[in-house]
Amino acid sequence: MATRIKFQQNLDDLKERLLIMAGMAEQAIQRSIEAYRTRDLSICELVFQSEPVINRLEREIDQMALDLLAMEQPMAIDLRFILSVIRINADLERVGDQAVNIAVRIREMGAFANIELPVDIPKLASLSAAMVRKALQAFIEADAEMAQSVLKLDDQVDEMNDAAFYSLSTLIKERPELTPQSLNALIIARNLERVGDHATNIAEDVIFWVRGKDVRHNNPSRA
Amino acid sequence: MGVGINVEHLNAWYGTTHTLQDINLNIPANHATALIGPSGCGKSTFVRCLNRMHETNPIARASGVVKMGDIDIYKDASPVTIRRRVGMVFQRPNPFPTMSIYDNVASGLKLNGFRNKAILDETVERSLKASALWEEVKDDLKKKSGASLSGGQQQRMCIARALAVDPEVLLMDEPASALDPVSTSKIEDLIFQLKSQYTIVIVTHNMQQAARVAENTGFFLNGKMVEFDSTDRIFTNPKDKRTEDYITGRFG
Repeated sequence: MATRIKFQQNLDDLKERLLIMAGMAEQAIQRSIEAYRTRDLSICELVFQSEPVINRLEREIDQMALDLLAMEQPMAIDLRFILSVIRINADLERVGDQAVNIAVRIREMGAFANIELPVDIPKLASLSAAMVRKALQAFIEADAEMAQSVLKLDDQVDEMNDAAFYSLSTLIKERPELTPQSLNALIIARNLERVGDHATNIAEDVIFWVRGKDVRHNNPSRA
Repeated sequence: MGVGINVEHLNAWYGTTHTLQDINLNIPANHATALIGPSGCGKSTFVRCLNRMHETNPIARASGVVKMGDIDIYKDASPVTIRRRVGMVFQRPNPFPTMSIYDNVASGLKLNGFRNKAILDETVERSLKASALWEEVKDDLKKKSGASLSGGQQQRMCIARALAVDPEVLLMDEPASALDPVSTSKIEDLIFQLKSQYTIVIVTHNMQQAARVAENTGFFLNGKMVEFDSTDRIFTNPKDKRTEDYITGRFG
């Protein structure tokens, strides 16, 4: 016999709301990547427009989670789920912020010549976005193993960001006139690396929810 | 000071019903231990085995070892001796209605033959202070009957009565389930304070209460103890699926 029907329904609503938020954050990152590729400022504009919507969703989800904590006194896996949702919510909002940061940089870059830079931003971007997608898929399917696989990808993103830093700082030294474009690209790489970090956090929260294990700060390569 | 309770292979029956099945458990001294589980799971029978109250029912029996400190309560001591060492508080306050507050608290001592007024006065005051009731009743000790107090006060008076015989263990069977939230908080605060001197075992249906007051929690189901662990572990990440289903309300 089903029990606590209203509570279970509210948990489903909370999950659904978070997935709407996730869809928006993911779309914002995809759009910012597209804007980088095409240098299309109208796409940047769409990213800016999505930010207040994501922020509103963040507040709504936090309120829903707070209400459930206060009214239902959840325990065990339900408690871990709500705690994970609160954390994932914050990470998704930050992913949205990173998309905005990238869009701001692209707008800046528009003032300068579009030159070929020694950094593969689209590749870094697609890897970071894939991490977010996979972490969210793990959340949807309550799949701790899939979440675990996201953690491994973060090292690749970090390496690519380090490589971007090296090649772009070398370029700045060798060709100072390209400093503005290089700096913007450097910041975008950094933003994408942060997106990877947020995906990692989301994956860690999925593992906490499903397995009850706190795996944060456990990666020796990042120590 | 409280003593630890070591339970080995405890079984209990009501007639032919096997209500407790091979319970093994270490209850640490000077801690609060909560027992949770659905109605009829055996948790109340379990605590009634800890002071040999179970056997007061003619069709009931128990087997196994229950050690309080070094004493095997089913071998080394009489039920009367054990009940002096193990105080008990029930779901509904059970004052002696015709007795004054003073006589209610002193009743256990008087039954044990204490007549010295100075000792009785001192014990009544100490016990009522320990149960956080003294300030509310000190002027009416002999004027008011125990039954004239509010439900929460009556329950604290019953706790004072249990403490008056200086037990080492305090068993509480749903001690706050008939009380309002303010009286419940007072009982929970009391448990927090008392556990430095007594070993407390509390049966509760209120899981938030178990989470608030107890360091360790045991989950009973169908006469068996499914899981015993630190309370934070039980309520955040229990090992057994049945425990999780029960505390998340998925049972049924």
